[in-house]
Amino acid sequence: MTTELATLPNLMPALPEILLAVGAMVLLMLGAFGGSKTSQVVNGLAVAVLIIAGAILLLSSGGTVTTFNDAFIQDPFARLMKVLVLIGSGFSLAMSVGYTQEEKFDRFEYPVLVLLATVGMMLMLSANDMIAVYLGLELQSLTLYVLSSFKRDSAKATEAGLKYFVLGALSSGMLLYGMSLVYGFTGQTSFVGIAEAVHVEGAGIGVIFGLVFILAGLTFKISAVPFHMWTPDVYEGAPTPVTAFLAAAPKVAAMGLIVRVVMTAFDPMDLQWQQVITFVSILSMVLGAFAAIGQRNIKRLMAYSSISHMGYALVGLAAGSSAGVVGVIVYLITYLAMTLGTFAAIMSMRRRDGMVERIDDLAGLSRNDLPMAVLLGVLMFSLAGIPWMGGFIGKWFVFSAAIEAGLYPLAIIGVLASVVGAFYYLRIVKIMFFDDPAPVFERPANELRLVLVISGLFMASMVFYVSPIRTVAELAANSFF
Amino acid sequence: MILQSVFFYLFSAVLLVSALMVIGARNPVHSVLFLILAFFNAAALFVLLGAEFLAMLLVVVYVGAVAVLFLFIVMMLDVDFVELRAGFLTYMPVGLVVGVVLLAELLIALGGWALSPDLAANLGEPMPTLAEASNIEAIGALLYTKYVFYFQTAALILFVAMIGAIVLTLHHRRDVQRQNIERQVARNAENSIEIVNVEPGNGI
Repeated sequence: MTTELATLPNLMPALPEILLAVGAMVLLMLGAFGGSKTSQVVNGLAVAVLIIAGAILLLSSGGTVTTFNDAFIQDPFARLMKVLVLIGSGFSLAMSVGYTQEEKFDRFEYPVLVLLATVGMMLMLSANDMIAVYLGLELQSLTLYVLSSFKRDSAKATEAGLKYFVLGALSSGMLLYGMSLVYGFTGQTSFVGIAEAVHVEGAGIGVIFGLVFILAGLTFKISAVPFHMWTPDVYEGAPTPVTAFLAAAPKVAAMGLIVRVVMTAFDPMDLQWQQVITFVSILSMVLGAFAAIGQRNIKRLMAYSSISHMGYALVGLAAGSSAGVVGVIVYLITYLAMTLGTFAAIMSMRRRDGMVERIDDLAGLSRNDLPMAVLLGVLMFSLAGIPWMGGFIGKWFVFSAAIEAGLYPLAIIGVLASVVGAFYYLRIVKIMFFDDPAPVFERPANELRLVLVISGLFMASMVFYVSPIRTVAELAANSFF
Repeated sequence: MILQSVFFYLFSAVLLVSALMVIGARNPVHSVLFLILAFFNAAALFVLLGAEFLAMLLVVVYVGAVAVLFLFIVMMLDVDFVELRAGFLTYMPVGLVVGVVLLAELLIALGGWALSPDLAANLGEPMPTLAEASNIEAIGALLYTKYVFYFQTAALILFVAMIGAIVLTLHHRRDVQRQNIERQVARNAENSIEIVNVEPGNGI
């Protein structure tokens, strides 16, 4: 074989990912040699790296570029979702500053691992090949397993990490099994190649089996029913900043990945995947709504809430239309903002003797801390989907897409489930405003208050900038149509 | 050619015998040592086939890491292997069935290559012949060009695994004495030894 110089692949589309990976390594060195006192500096620098990566994404040109032999794709959809992921990671890191100091959690590995998880999520969103999907997903999941048990002296956190790891490994196994079936029956791993093969040869039973296994593995990552069992335990056991991170960015990334997989690789099999997505979506909405009613711990409540929200987002995907994808994107934007805001409020629930996380601890908050009660109330109204809050707009987009596509039963079940879900969100509002006050919380850190204010105001006023958000989402959704 | 056959039968025979001894040896430490011998012979067979990369990989990964790990576990855990082997005869039929199924699957998979020789032409990346390039060259030429993205991402995953293992297990305990080489070197007789003049009968 003649030795010839290999040409360097085009690295520009992957510049944000490379920046984050190199940044994580540099910060790790900084932390390892700087000692434990540098953890706040590392945290601040990690947020700065995330912001720079976001700026690069926003400034890069709007077209579709592929690189690394088509394994990596950068299109408007990937760019928008990556910006959302970066916002989620950045805000979670910023919110953790106060908590880490109070709870003796300030270790420089935390921001480094968050950066690496973000790299994994961005690779997932840019994956254009099954191998790239798996590698991105594993990079993200492995980091999340470690983060869940980051407070290694706490039995609950260790249990959470172990549970997440075992079930996550099982789901990765299913995903790989599905991928190997698809590869065996189409002979392709690239999304374009799979779509072509299915288009030419039709959807055989083997490919359908593969599709179902792949979707099972992917829906585990967004904790949709019936692959949701880990969610409440992990959310409750993991340290609260980690829970905030888990609930925000990885959900957006995994949902974006599902959209890309079904819209490109399995585009010719829309009848088949629509059934699966519809089924998962109905189960998630209904179980999320009913199981949350009995919860007394607010982190568990948020776990069931996120299960049902992923169900609503899947309603848009089940429609399989351009309007449906726009709905998914708008829903994810509102979900991200609501989740970050609510977790900022949960992290503010601190008394002198430590963090509290029971819902009853919020009793009478309006008399102790009116601004926090009002902002959290807005977020609860928004999560419940009360008009004209942000959450309502997200639901409006996905349900109208479902109705346009003729999925009336799905839309009706969704609306009914959201009525049931409204009960427990509004119960929190009732507890905050009408119950006898519980002991006062400590003054929350400024960054928590800031995130709560931003997210509350955004949700309350989203109705005024629906049209620019819709334009951006349509631009992103056009990547597939 | 005769030499090659001789070595082939030598390595295969040792491989089979040591594989049998892995499940036959009474002492579990001997089992692991026989396993290592089996790995070495399998590696030698790979070398005979001209697959030197696989051979080195087998030695480095399986002997260097996996078997040594086994050895540590076997020596550290107090497992009563005689008791474990008690139901050997009752489990034997099931074991035999599993073995036969595995053998049949191997025959079917390998028979496919014999039945339709054009299968080899369908490979995504056909392997160059040994005259053209050695194994390592052929793998390297693909791994660092076409698949460099996957290679680097896999490296990042290993990086996370490393950080994770350290974060979750390394405890900096205050009550454990750690070696401080600078302090040890800087010590001298003047500041470490104190000469006390003890009066008889009084103690210190």
